Amino acid sequence: MKVVVDTTKCKDHGQCVFAAPDVFQLGDDGHLVFDAEPDDALRDDVEEAADVCPLQAISVEG
Amino acid sequence: MNRRVVVAGASLGGLRAAEQMRAAGWTEAVTVIGDEPHMPYNRPPLSKEVLAGRASFESLAFTPKASAADVEWRLGASVTAARLADRVVELDDGSTIPFDGLVVATGMRPRRLRCAGPLAGRHTVRTLADARSLRDELTRSDARVVVVGAGFIGCEVAATAIGLGVRDVTVVDPLPLPMVGPLGELLAGSLLERHRERGVRFALGRTVRHFTGTDRVTGVVLDDGTELPADVVVESVGSVANTEWLDGNGLDLSDGVLTDDFLRVGGLPHVVAVGDVARFPNARYDDVPRRVEHWSIPTDTAKHAAKSLVAHLTGTGAELAPFAPLPTFWSDQHKFRLQSFGAPVLGRDDVRVLDGDPAGDVLVGYHRDDRLVGVVALGGPATAAKTARYRAELLKQPAPTA
Repeated sequence: MKVVVDTTKCKDHGQCVFAAPDVFQLGDDGHLVFDAEPDDALRDDVEEAADVCPLQAISVEG
Repeated sequence: MNRRVVVAGASLGGLRAAEQMRAAGWTEAVTVIGDEPHMPYNRPPLSKEVLAGRASFESLAFTPKASAADVEWRLGASVTAARLADRVVELDDGSTIPFDGLVVATGMRPRRLRCAGPLAGRHTVRTLADARSLRDELTRSDARVVVVGAGFIGCEVAATAIGLGVRDVTVVDPLPLPMVGPLGELLAGSLLERHRERGVRFALGRTVRHFTGTDRVTGVVLDDGTELPADVVVESVGSVANTEWLDGNGLDLSDGVLTDDFLRVGGLPHVVAVGDVARFPNARYDDVPRRVEHWSIPTDTAKHAAKSLVAHLTGTGAELAPFAPLPTFWSDQHKFRLQSFGAPVLGRDDVRVLDGDPAGDVLVGYHRDDRLVGVVALGGPATAAKTARYRAELLKQPAPTA
């Protein structure tokens, strides 16, 4: 599974962090960092993160 | 593929309902009907990034999940009537579609001011077409803008207009502070100062008496007789539920569609409602059904409603917990963000600063019976991120009784 975040859309809302904390985090500066190739066991969480992103910046490939 | 679920409404709620029907195990037909000509798109940027020209209109389209690839879309068509007992909907072209399950996802439309005056030059912000025509007028040089209504959309549009270089922006509202309903006085006062510092003018405690102009609007006359010259008026004065098509079925449609704890409508297991048209009880707070117009609600309601509907249609009789979402909203205005979790509106009488200063970055807690029921951050992204700790606390709480 590959996670792609359109950083031109991302506005650091952090909703993805609540949905998939093992994949997405906000750094101390409030900006997003994420694991682009997470374990497939986390697929449901990542799908949820993509759903709740206010800017719809997250897509899941593969 | 003999049986069919009809989803009436093709915005975020309709899309998520279709996707969640698949996720919940429904393998038969799904038909989504929407009156706009577009596939579902994301509305919040219409008053912000898209209106400001920082994002394209095309960038708003949602990407439906692969599981929903075989969903049938009937776009540019509206549902004009439903006969729930007969399980059939009627469309504006006179055709009918029979259904086994129905999802009500027809959403809201902007409320309009009914006072006298010309219509041309007066805008609402709900659809792509609305935002396009407003952007065209805001980007003309020296436009004078009056925004009626200091809620989410009104405040965002005022901020966006200032960002576009509009020099003359006035917000009118009958209440004494902007967004005081959702935020309470402390943050609403802070919000007012931030807007004023950036050049937004306010006429608060005022209502609109009428509009001036013959072919198009030239001014807004307030209840104290003041006339605000205006080339562009934005009406952001709340919304009206699109439920007329459900008339005649014996439903409670007094403010949206009343549902039970499982988003079922009228006690019918084959009819559910999602999104901001649904008036549902939230088991986390009390048993008072409310409509919620926040962006997170279409997705939250669709997940629960689809499970409820699929359990009925497939006869699995799965035990569902009552619907108990944790509400959340945000708003971006000028360079700052409002971020909320929980239900601040239930705790507006006991507001405490948890972190920071109302003049700068601030985090505020709302309490009921001495317990935290909501938090709102106002400031930069790092402040918004500070809500995370309190969100966890709000989630852990058992659903309190009223």
